[in-house]
Amino acid sequence: MRGGGLLPVAGLLGVLAAGQWLLPAYHHANLVRIMVLALYATGYNIAFGYTGLLSLGHALFFAAGLYGASFAATLAGLPPGAALAAGTAAGGLAAAAVGVLALRTAGVAFMIVTLMFAQAGWLAILALGPWTRGDEGIVLPDAARALAGFDLSDDAVRYPLALALFAAGLLACLWLVRSRAGRVMVAMRENEERARMLGYDPFRVKLAALAISGTYAGAAGAAYALMFGYAGASLASVQYSILPLLWVLVGGAGTVAGPFVGCLLMFYLIDYASSLTSATLLLVGLALLVLVLFAPRGILGTLREKGVRWLP
Amino acid sequence: MTDGLHLTSTRRTVLKGLAGTGALAAAGFFPGYSNAQSAAPIRLGFQLHRTGIGASYGRWYERTATAALKRLNDGGGISGRPVEIVFEDDGTDPARGAEIFGKLATQSNCDLVFGALFSHVVIGTAPRAAELKVPYLVCSEGHHVASGKLNRWTLQPGITDVKSQVQAMAPWVSSTLGKKVTMIFPDFAFGYDHRDYFSAAMKAQGGEVIAQIAVPPTESSFTRYFPQIPAETEVLYHVMVGPAVLTFVKELGEFYGSGGHPQLFGFIDSLEAVDFASPGLEFLAGSHFWEAMPRYRQADATPAETAYRAAVGVDDNGAATGDAKDVSTYSHMFSVWETLSVIKAGMEASGYAGPADRAKFVEALEAMTGFAEGEDHPQGAKTFNGKTHQAFGIQNISKVEGGRLNVVHKTSIEDGMYPDEADYTTQPL
Repeated sequence: MRGGGLLPVAGLLGVLAAGQWLLPAYHHANLVRIMVLALYATGYNIAFGYTGLLSLGHALFFAAGLYGASFAATLAGLPPGAALAAGTAAGGLAAAAVGVLALRTAGVAFMIVTLMFAQAGWLAILALGPWTRGDEGIVLPDAARALAGFDLSDDAVRYPLALALFAAGLLACLWLVRSRAGRVMVAMRENEERARMLGYDPFRVKLAALAISGTYAGAAGAAYALMFGYAGASLASVQYSILPLLWVLVGGAGTVAGPFVGCLLMFYLIDYASSLTSATLLLVGLALLVLVLFAPRGILGTLREKGVRWLP
Repeated sequence: MTDGLHLTSTRRTVLKGLAGTGALAAAGFFPGYSNAQSAAPIRLGFQLHRTGIGASYGRWYERTATAALKRLNDGGGISGRPVEIVFEDDGTDPARGAEIFGKLATQSNCDLVFGALFSHVVIGTAPRAAELKVPYLVCSEGHHVASGKLNRWTLQPGITDVKSQVQAMAPWVSSTLGKKVTMIFPDFAFGYDHRDYFSAAMKAQGGEVIAQIAVPPTESSFTRYFPQIPAETEVLYHVMVGPAVLTFVKELGEFYGSGGHPQLFGFIDSLEAVDFASPGLEFLAGSHFWEAMPRYRQADATPAETAYRAAVGVDDNGAATGDAKDVSTYSHMFSVWETLSVIKAGMEASGYAGPADRAKFVEALEAMTGFAEGEDHPQGAKTFNGKTHQAFGIQNISKVEGGRLNVVHKTSIEDGMYPDEADYTTQPL
């Protein structure tokens, strides 16, 4: 059981790698976005799916990565590799800082406190207009998007980079949740008091999980800015706290590949629904309702429950 | 249970599809990818704010584009080829805007994309235009194009930018309404353009902006901001956008009540798509508004403007023909019509035959210097700056009289000109 899941994950990554050559241009570009956002969702799953931390503040960590990388590249003049690292670190640090305060609460109070931090961050971005240009956002210059000689504005370059980032995040997640530390995280989700009785410090475990989750969000935010050349306040809005929660719930909380599946499905559901009607969210909402009724543990979670045990 | 299994089956299908797209292509999931042939229709993508904060504008932008397309095809299309417009909803969201730009360019095989209004959507999308090397003609008003922050593939040939608009207006405001101005504007970038450029323009006229009141974009009630207006204010300059504009103007009226108030000068954005006959707006009588194009038909309306008004289905009061409550976004939507005219001119001037000629199309636009007033450009004549990719036109100042807006002053194109801040032609195509 401890070594399980590697083969299906490798299979998923292999399929995605084949997409570099097989997918038509539009879907090729979509997969780049989906993999970057799935990295974000994978991190969210570590906090929510495995540790039981229902955060509504992850937009702050995503935005920390987004603006951390953007400012590192534009204001500090750092090369894109360093900007990516700076954004990743910014996400982790933001999550750790929020966690120190927010983890004094639990349950609904934790949701509200994290939401408030994220809203404060979003308003701060709007208030710092001279640097962030608020809702309008900033465009990263071409020079900030050339990583080790590779042009990140080129779809052919972006795809393997997004895949590499997603693969690293997915494999690290698989390793983490199969490790001793991962089982302690699950213990916090299942029965915090019993875990405490066994000698584990819930605050430290949950803080570590939140910081790791924030690091993922920061990496995704930084990659988003550098790959797509844009950073704006809308990417720090409450919508970007709710989206990873939805992706994880749809794909399957507490499953390694579920966040990717949820992100992929939601992306194409919105894309397809918007071509049918202006009431896009109504269609998406109905689809989610059906999913909740018939697959309450998300797609991979329900499949696993029904006997497909090899799913990661 | 059955539905659950059905969902499982769908997911498997998609995963299989990722491994071998050929099967899905055969199933019709992906449309064909043949390039446009010379006799085939020209396909234009339209980035439409059908939903989200820009929906009231999007509704009229779609109608205007449809009317302009009919006129274009009735007149022989472009270089004798018929023209199609593919609309995609961007949700007035920058991330989605970039996604649907790619969809229009690479899945719908559009020759170019046009139509976006809201600044954050334009700025979020422009990098994708440069990546794909697909012309992106925006109808946005923002100064972001002329400021040089975008790229060579992004142009704004159909509407004057905010910096030019406020610069052209400031002399009249200063000489006619007063020199001490308080500004109320949205606390985001569009509002900052007004704040920065109008303040500078007033200063150049010997006037002064004595207070700047920024209202957060999430605000739904504005009462608490009005006491910040200094008593010595001579002119209250207001501009607001979004679903709460009517609330803003009504609450402003309630704040002043029947007592005296400063001269009011507003951007029509504060009341675009809003009926002037709405209860609570009576206090606006005697106040002034900027309009790019007069909502109410004026006595001296040109034949071109009259024809345009009829074509887009707007009556003499600026509402949809047959529905007085469906008020148009008349000061913005002409940009869609005029941009389509520029697209035709640019494609024909460049000998555009297909996507391989996109760079030639951009160069042809950059070579243009202006557009004459007429049915192609019913808002008025324009100067076009090929280096900054920005058009400059006349502006109107209208007074609320008898429940309608009457034009009392027209600026010249020269009033809104300013030194170049960019030269996109130096960027490679």
